[in-house]
Amino acid sequence: MAQAKRKAAPKKAAPKKVKLRVSDEVAVQIISMNKWYGDFHVLRDIDLTVYKGERIVICGPSGSGKSTLIRCINRLEEHQQGKIVVDGIELTDDVKKIDEIRREVGMVFQHFNLFPHLTILENCTLAPIWVRKTPKAEAEEVAMKYLERVKIPEQAGKYPGQLSGGQQQRVAIARSLCMNPRIMLFDEPTSALDPEMIKEVLDVMVNLAEEGMTMLVVTHEMGFARQVANKVIFMDEGQIVEQNEPEQFFSNPKSERTKMFLSQILH
Amino acid sequence: MTHYVRTKDAPLLPPPASTTGIVGWLRENLFSSVTNTILTFIGLYLIYLIVPPIINWGFLSAVWTGEDGDACRSEKVGRAVGACWAFVEAKFGQIIYGRYPVEERWRVTLVYVLGFGALIPMVVPSLPYKGLNALFLLAIYPVVAFILLTGGNIDIGTGFWIGFAVLVAILLGVAFFAASVAKIIELRDGIKGVAMFAVPFAAVVLVSSADLGLAPVETSLWGGLLVTLVVAVTGIVASMPIGILLALGRRSQMPIIRLFCIAFIEFWRGVPLITVLFMSSVMLPLFLPEGVNFDKLLRVLIGVALFSAAYMAEVVRGGLQAIPRGQYEGAMALGLSYWKMMRMIVLPQALKMVIPGIVNTFIGLFKDTTLVLIVGLFDLLGIIQLNFTDPNWSTPSTSHSGYAFAAILFFVFCFGMSRYSIFMENRLDTGHRN
Repeated sequence: MAQAKRKAAPKKAAPKKVKLRVSDEVAVQIISMNKWYGDFHVLRDIDLTVYKGERIVICGPSGSGKSTLIRCINRLEEHQQGKIVVDGIELTDDVKKIDEIRREVGMVFQHFNLFPHLTILENCTLAPIWVRKTPKAEAEEVAMKYLERVKIPEQAGKYPGQLSGGQQQRVAIARSLCMNPRIMLFDEPTSALDPEMIKEVLDVMVNLAEEGMTMLVVTHEMGFARQVANKVIFMDEGQIVEQNEPEQFFSNPKSERTKMFLSQILH
Repeated sequence: MTHYVRTKDAPLLPPPASTTGIVGWLRENLFSSVTNTILTFIGLYLIYLIVPPIINWGFLSAVWTGEDGDACRSEKVGRAVGACWAFVEAKFGQIIYGRYPVEERWRVTLVYVLGFGALIPMVVPSLPYKGLNALFLLAIYPVVAFILLTGGNIDIGTGFWIGFAVLVAILLGVAFFAASVAKIIELRDGIKGVAMFAVPFAAVVLVSSADLGLAPVETSLWGGLLVTLVVAVTGIVASMPIGILLALGRRSQMPIIRLFCIAFIEFWRGVPLITVLFMSSVMLPLFLPEGVNFDKLLRVLIGVALFSAAYMAEVVRGGLQAIPRGQYEGAMALGLSYWKMMRMIVLPQALKMVIPGIVNTFIGLFKDTTLVLIVGLFDLLGIIQLNFTDPNWSTPSTSHSGYAFAAILFFVFCFGMSRYSIFMENRLDTGHRN
């Protein structure tokens, strides 16, 4: 299961598939985790192991708990039962451990969540300077490197409000990368974007996957899932319904609910 | 449908003459419709009714100089007399310094000069050394001003130092407990925090208790603009940090802190300022043991600061509530701690958003300082009113002129704050709308 075997996929004119070896080191381990919002059981008995270098795409109908699941990994949401171990550190109430995990886990949000009162460069250097205690000059150098990688170094002096949605999301990715994270979480990164901007963000993400970043991506971009993911997870009503490698997942889904979902989104 | 393709760009034309320049402005703003035209003429008539008499009273038939009230009595000067600015001129020293001894007034002047001298470079964004400037204004200036105004050399005795030593020991104990048992902070940070409070505090007390050869001046002698500014500035400066802490506390997850902040805010907002002042100066001494006596002005200052802090807290809370959840999440996901998140992400945005409310509170507080008259302190307005009773200057226009002058001074300060707040709002606007 760790080493997802992949058959050669003779797809017509499909984009080049990202192929990388997945290590057998565990990045995130979730063991029989449960979470409630009041009386509402949002996450039910979740078991998930993510190995270093894996690119996991989580999909499912809205309200199925996929965002909540990845938000539990950096403790933006608190789980009530079970165990979550990130990079060898168990998530508990201990604030120090939570901060330690958040330093190692980058997150990209649906609505970018850039800081509107800071310039793009300041957005990128804030956490390295104040959390990692990197000297300012060095932090700026690193930030410029990542801004170049997401192809917007020329916007460094502007404010987020002056950028397009796609540019803002690329800044958000660069901002996370500046902390040099070992795991990246993407919470519907392209859902709030105009159609013509989705590709520029996905390109950055594909690029990141090619470099071997451990990624958990909540998205409805099935093309991205096919191209990048080594594992696709389908969630419904707070449970993991199906977990499979992408080829199998799309061509031969096992569960009825997955079939139904796929038939609705792959018109 | 006929096929059409534009081959030549349509020419760019200037707008019609009637919509630009003065004529355009007049047409659009004053005479755009029949109703507007009528209203314009009514407005002009009202201006004609009001403005010329004011100019006549304040300038044309005003008396600018004079030895005593005779200069402003129409039967003595043989003409209709408007404003009696001679009165203001004669009492100017009192209006600015109160009953501060004349030979010591240079100290007050020095405080004014240092204050405005440091404030102006602080509020002009293009000038450098903001950090040093702020350090001077917030840390050094208050001590200097305190020593200059009171004369320093306060008598504190050994009892204070024993109490201080006990307090520091308790704080160190708390820091040690928080670090080793509760594990909320690092021991090093805890000791650093205690030292950061204790050392400057001890230094300030030491300097204030040293005999610098300045004659002591009782606060009961202070008055006029001096009292107004001391009360207002202390209130403004103290209310901001206390208000921010109360606002954060009111939104805290910790029930005890939240409850305390709610109780504090609601208590101080629930009583009128006059009651606060009255209680602090009349009732409080009844509860204090014999011989313990706080300075009256000090009690008023504490009362005003806590009162305005409660208002400030609610203004700031309004700003905090307007910050989208995503900003908190973005900051948390980057690993920022609570205080860093608040200081660098949430508060800068929240405070920027509520600048109008903050300045509104400041202006309200500035004008509310006139209420200190009720406990026997003579502020700007109080001292002017006091001088109406001077028989030398009992003329028909004395009080009008005095009130007008007080109004002008208050207006200058309040309007200044108002304009500066608008300037800051525009400057801090980074074009983002959530």
